[in-house]
Amino acid sequence: MRERTYLEAVNEALDEALAEDESVFLLGEDIGVYGGGFGATKGLIEKYGNKRVRATPISESAIAGAAVGAAMTGMRPIFELQFSDFITIALDQIVNQAAKIHYMYGGKASVPLVMRTAGGSGTGAAAQHSQSLENWTAHIPGLKVVQPSTPYDAKGLLHTAIEDQNPVMFYEHKLCYKMTGDVPAGKYTIPFGVADIKQTGTDVTIVATGIMVHKALKVAEQAQEAGISVEVIDPRTLVPLDIETIITSVKKTGRLLVVHEAVKRSGFGGEVASLVAESDGFYALKAPIKRLGGEAVPMPYQPQLEQNAIPQVSNIYEAVLSLMKQ
Amino acid sequence: MGQSIQNKAGLTDQDFLNIYQKMWDIRLFDEKVETLFLAGKIHGTTHLSIGQEATAAGSGYLLRPTDWITSTHRGHGHSIAKNTEMNQMMAELFGRENGTNNGKGGSMHIADLDKGNLGSNGIVGAGYPIAVGAALSSQMQGKDQVTICYAGDGSTNEGSFHEALNLASIWQLPVVFFIENNQYGMSSSIKEMVNIPHLSERGAAYGIEGVTIDGNDIVAVVDATYQAIEKAKKGRGPTLIEAKTYRFKGHSKSDQRIYRTREEELHWETNHDPLQLTEKLLIQAGILTKEASQQIEANRKEAVEQAVIFAEAGTLPAASALYENVYVD
Ligand SMILES: Cc1ncc(C[n+]2csc(CCOP(=O)(O)OP(=O)(O)O)c2C)c(N)n1
Ligand SMILES: [Mg+2]
Repeated sequence: MRERTYLEAVNEALDEALAEDESVFLLGEDIGVYGGGFGATKGLIEKYGNKRVRATPISESAIAGAAVGAAMTGMRPIFELQFSDFITIALDQIVNQAAKIHYMYGGKASVPLVMRTAGGSGTGAAAQHSQSLENWTAHIPGLKVVQPSTPYDAKGLLHTAIEDQNPVMFYEHKLCYKMTGDVPAGKYTIPFGVADIKQTGTDVTIVATGIMVHKALKVAEQAQEAGISVEVIDPRTLVPLDIETIITSVKKTGRLLVVHEAVKRSGFGGEVASLVAESDGFYALKAPIKRLGGEAVPMPYQPQLEQNAIPQVSNIYEAVLSLMKQ
Repeated sequence: MGQSIQNKAGLTDQDFLNIYQKMWDIRLFDEKVETLFLAGKIHGTTHLSIGQEATAAGSGYLLRPTDWITSTHRGHGHSIAKNTEMNQMMAELFGRENGTNNGKGGSMHIADLDKGNLGSNGIVGAGYPIAVGAALSSQMQGKDQVTICYAGDGSTNEGSFHEALNLASIWQLPVVFFIENNQYGMSSSIKEMVNIPHLSERGAAYGIEGVTIDGNDIVAVVDATYQAIEKAKKGRGPTLIEAKTYRFKGHSKSDQRIYRTREEELHWETNHDPLQLTEKLLIQAGILTKEASQQIEANRKEAVEQAVIFAEAGTLPAASALYENVYVD
């Protein structure tokens, strides 16, 4: 066991990719000595210099666009948006350019870039620094969307993202950065589109993403004591999505709860629920599918309101109990 | 009282004393905020205006309640200068119901429309187009209001800066773009982020007059802002003011400041402290004595302590507040 934080895991993947491939470079605001928004790039400018670790002006549109142009012409840029909320400013380059170029050009160009960004609430940063907007990019054909929840997954998935020939949106969670776990030394990859069963169980399937994976695992423990066996599945990548693993689980448990931090309305949970409802997993359902997600409100500042705005362990547990009643 | 300090706005000695008092409000408020944050009494993040008191206090003083401002993440000073009550601001930081934003906004979003404050902003550069919109609204409604758009040096590299300046120029809007050039973004020296010596030069690209001033010199701030406001009121369009200053503290509460030297910080604190400079100016002009100055400081310290008491006594928002104000009913 080689214990590292999630933040260190991200840093290691960047470090190893920079060492291995000359075409990999980083760009983003304050990613030099400051280490970026949350410290993920600490130590890299000292090691690789300011040509490959490029601290940029505060210009998200130009950062994303420069990554697109560089990616089309032989480089493998990894750009950081300090907070995922700032994607609003970079969105034209991501949605109208990066996502579509390979297709629009009949397969004659590719855009192998990675956007890394920190999402989620829980730090009191309020409405413009706490959103979970990963579903926006999951809606756009041409983008791949990754949402690691553990240090191990963060490193392996980031390596895969960097190797991928397509634009990959890599959503880190602020509250995960300090979490620790086993992170092997050296490069390893985790294939996209392979969900991870974080906990096996037989009564209820919880599909959770990001920070909710950890809450779901707590619920599984709690439920265990109450004699309920919960299976926790982390899809890890929203696009491509490993729906097969989810359906297989539902066939076993007959009960499905989907949990994410992002606002429930029009959230990714709706996609998971629909895919299951459309599949033969439907016939295995013993109870209607349940979804939990953020309330449809901007993230409030006040700490208690902030907590109430997203699913908590107690909400998830209650949902499990209510599923078991049916 | 007379007019001992020469200035273009015709400010009296009393005016300068008022401004000086505001500067202490800003300094002491933010010093208190820093202490409270470090003590874990308030959560989230905060960006302090310490070292940048003259820009806000000098420019804000020239505005009427009906004039607008847009502010930034580093906005406590702007709000105080625009006469938002420190009590309500502190209550906001404590997440109280009686805070400026009912506890929903926090440090980065303090707004006070009754006082002409269209809000601080968590998105760098987002204030520019909003200020332009407010100025457009004044122009369309035939009101003689002026809008001051406060922004940082780093924000001038956002596209919104360039788009907004151009729009303000072609429509000759009554807006003043007031850049507080504290020489750094989060960690990046503005010298490495632009390839021109003065940000004010950027005005020329859009047909806007640009001036660079010493932002820690209260008279320079008053003069430049006054001229820009007068021009705007006469319908002669926007001005870009670049006020050179320095933030004495880190960018936000977690900043170790490894991107700049202690010598540089000491240089600014010793030679360019806006409070010391203004005090010296007022004493030399015979408007203020050292004792009176200390009295002002003590008074304002008391006012800040009162704000904390007010904030702590405030009630927390009800759970139902989570769902209120998402839409106008
Ligand atoms: C669109 C956007 N990009 C990045 C950030 C993160 N950020 C917050 S403040 C800041 C630096 C701003 O520098 P400047 O405009 O000079 O203002 P100062 O902090 O110096 O007052 C950055 C990069 C943000 N809040 N919004
Ligand atoms: Mg600055």
